Amino acid sequence: MNNSNQDVIKSNSQLLQKEMISRNYDRITSGQFKVSSTFVPGNLNELLMCFDIANNLPEINAIQNAMRKKSGDFITEAERSGHSEDVCTYVKADIGMMEKGNIAPNGKPFPDPDMLLLSYTGCFTFLKWFELLREQYKCPTVMLHVPYAADGKVTKNMRDYIVTQLKEEVIPTMEKISGIKFDIDRLREYLRKSAQAENDLVWMLEQSKHKPSPIDCYFGGVYYMGPIFTAFRGTDEAIVYYKLLREEIQQRIDLGLCAQTPEGDMSEEKYRLVVEGPPNWTSFREFWKMFYEMGAVVVASSYTKVGGVYDYDNFRHDPDHPLESLADYCLGVYTNRNLPTRVDMLARNVKEYEADGLLINSIKSCNSFSAGQLVMMREIEKLTGKPGAFIETDLVDPRYFSAANVKNRLESYFQMIDQKRRAGGSATVAV
Amino acid sequence: MSAKPVEKIVDFCQGIFEDITFAKARQWKDAQPGRKVIGYMPVYVPREIIHAAGMLPLGILGGGADMEVIHGDAYYQSYICRIPRSTIELAITGKLDFVDGMMFPSICDVIRNLSGIWQIMFKDKYVRYFDAPQNFKDEIGGVFYSNELRELKEGLEKLGGREITDAQINNSIAVYNENRDWVNRVYDFRAATPWNAPAAEVYLLMRAGMVLPVEEHTQLMKDYLEAAAAEPRPMRDNCRVTLIGTFCEQPPLNLIKSLEMAGCYIVDDDTMLVTRWLLEAVPTDGDPIDNLSKAFLHHSAETAAKYEVNLEEKGSYMLESIRKRGADGVIFAAPSFCDPALLDQPMMVHRLEALGIPYITMQYAENSGQMQPIREQAGTFADSIKLWSSS
Repeated sequence: MNNSNQDVIKSNSQLLQKEMISRNYDRITSGQFKVSSTFVPGNLNELLMCFDIANNLPEINAIQNAMRKKSGDFITEAERSGHSEDVCTYVKADIGMMEKGNIAPNGKPFPDPDMLLLSYTGCFTFLKWFELLREQYKCPTVMLHVPYAADGKVTKNMRDYIVTQLKEEVIPTMEKISGIKFDIDRLREYLRKSAQAENDLVWMLEQSKHKPSPIDCYFGGVYYMGPIFTAFRGTDEAIVYYKLLREEIQQRIDLGLCAQTPEGDMSEEKYRLVVEGPPNWTSFREFWKMFYEMGAVVVASSYTKVGGVYDYDNFRHDPDHPLESLADYCLGVYTNRNLPTRVDMLARNVKEYEADGLLINSIKSCNSFSAGQLVMMREIEKLTGKPGAFIETDLVDPRYFSAANVKNRLESYFQMIDQKRRAGGSATVAV
Repeated sequence: MSAKPVEKIVDFCQGIFEDITFAKARQWKDAQPGRKVIGYMPVYVPREIIHAAGMLPLGILGGGADMEVIHGDAYYQSYICRIPRSTIELAITGKLDFVDGMMFPSICDVIRNLSGIWQIMFKDKYVRYFDAPQNFKDEIGGVFYSNELRELKEGLEKLGGREITDAQINNSIAVYNENRDWVNRVYDFRAATPWNAPAAEVYLLMRAGMVLPVEEHTQLMKDYLEAAAAEPRPMRDNCRVTLIGTFCEQPPLNLIKSLEMAGCYIVDDDTMLVTRWLLEAVPTDGDPIDNLSKAFLHHSAETAAKYEVNLEEKGSYMLESIRKRGADGVIFAAPSFCDPALLDQPMMVHRLEALGIPYITMQYAENSGQMQPIREQAGTFADSIKLWSSS
């Protein structure tokens, strides 16, 4: 049952984040700043800040519209104007929003962007998405091509290619648009602040190793990762946010609380899951409720790595190597890593977080995540001895969320876990 | 020397097309100990380097219309295109067991992730995800791409157990220059007299080039052109169309035949773009890696998988094709769930609409069986062009 009419219990960090997001939309729509549109994975927020350019993220706008139940109409509008039913619904939600007035969540119209920063990182659709937007806005568009880490490692050639693009293409474009000369020391300062917030972010991610987990690292995780993956990495606000979040989580651990949900704390933690794939946004609350009502908490998820990966190989932005560090951040994005690395990452999560298994939420819109997930699931089952399960939804298209189907599959999955436990097969191996 | 009759050549090509065990490629490999075969997927890989390594580049374009996919569906969700599932089916049923390595070009996330599936499932094989630059400046994308080409060369040297010299690559460039020249001649011939080179024949001729050694394929095209010119066929009152969107998962042969039967001569297409990706002859002296890199950056085809830096240039390759081949209109035939083709299509459509060039759109899968709707749609399109088009 959808409980969207009920009061939602929010922590102080959530309230703070809400204010931050609201302020960013006010900044974007104020008309006082140059505005760049760019993507979440590997986004270059610190670099944009060096030029006082406001950071507008169309993926986040699509999510906001989905959670406000507006994306369905936007998608229909885009399909009516010739966009295929088969393609990414983020793109169609964005284009449909443009066609219906381009109104930001604060009720003010989005300004046309001054630049499109096409950070082509981990997703082919990005390339086409901004070609489509460029047709509309006819504004400067700068490509940052991030090679795919196909062999599970970053090569010098990849890093050099990105750094050269930053120096020769991206930074000169930003200088031209903003009229501000690039100051590498300013960038270093922002990166120093990024690293500080990132330390607290990683601490947060690791707290779900506790039993019970004080946080949900998928549904709750999308809130926790918000500031670092959007327009706040490199700011003092992000440092304050993650410090506050850390204090809240520590308090939960001290009190032995289960994960926080929109309806309060979970009373019992029965199942611990690792989740692969983005969530569904159109029925986010209903989707989450299915989990916590059955006592399931997500202790790790790949989606909390969608903007960048910090915990797997200990990446932090490095002020001593600013451009190289930005390059490594882009290269390390979860979907920019090859399937064997993604398998290793998730299998380690299952073991280290003592999960009962892996659940894949396969997203129709997102081939970058979805293509290959069935093979990944079988591999991770093999590596961990834990059962996997597969559900299918979409990002922001309400037509592809079937609550009954998802619930049935989840119930079957939890029964399977119970059976394995009874058979003695679910004893987790602490690593 | 008497030309081979067209029918005999087309039958030969049809045999290669239908043979999903790749017997011709197996024969090539078995003819000499130590030979290696490198499979590659669309859109483009530099076959010259594979050839210079003494290896056979083998184009893998899925399982086609007739192969029953039994296992492949267990690897992919229903909303993912068909080519990866039929390619997996080919592999796990042993039809690619003789292939020593696979190359997956950077065309879309599905093919990209298929490289990872190969890494997981076929650990003993050489797997290369082939990244091409989306920056086309010599000092930026060119440096990256040249290094990628060198890495490819080194990988193949390791696999083949011998060095690949510049002279060998230059020689292979010359061989492929000649092949591209004859591919273009076939396309020119078809555009000039499409009734003498039906689209299905040209398609089969190019498909043979995915399997045969390049030298044999070049000879086959020479033979075909000679034979086709010697066997004039009646001209029909068809319109002339460019077929766009077919660069990866292939349309069923019946779809190509249906379009012509419905009244549309296909005078250009984007199937098997690897055969004509490089638009000019690549220099055969100097640094071959540098030459291949420059050819890619400055003289290569435009397709949905490639970023177009200038807004004004978007669609120019298609428009030039329409102009050069004298097409009356465009048929966009995209595989279902194909991100590149379907996301690109609205932009291409806008270009056509701005110029008043007629078009239709349709979707297919490599195993689409029902052609009647296709024939009706294409027939109506052809009629509308003939009745109302100003051209």
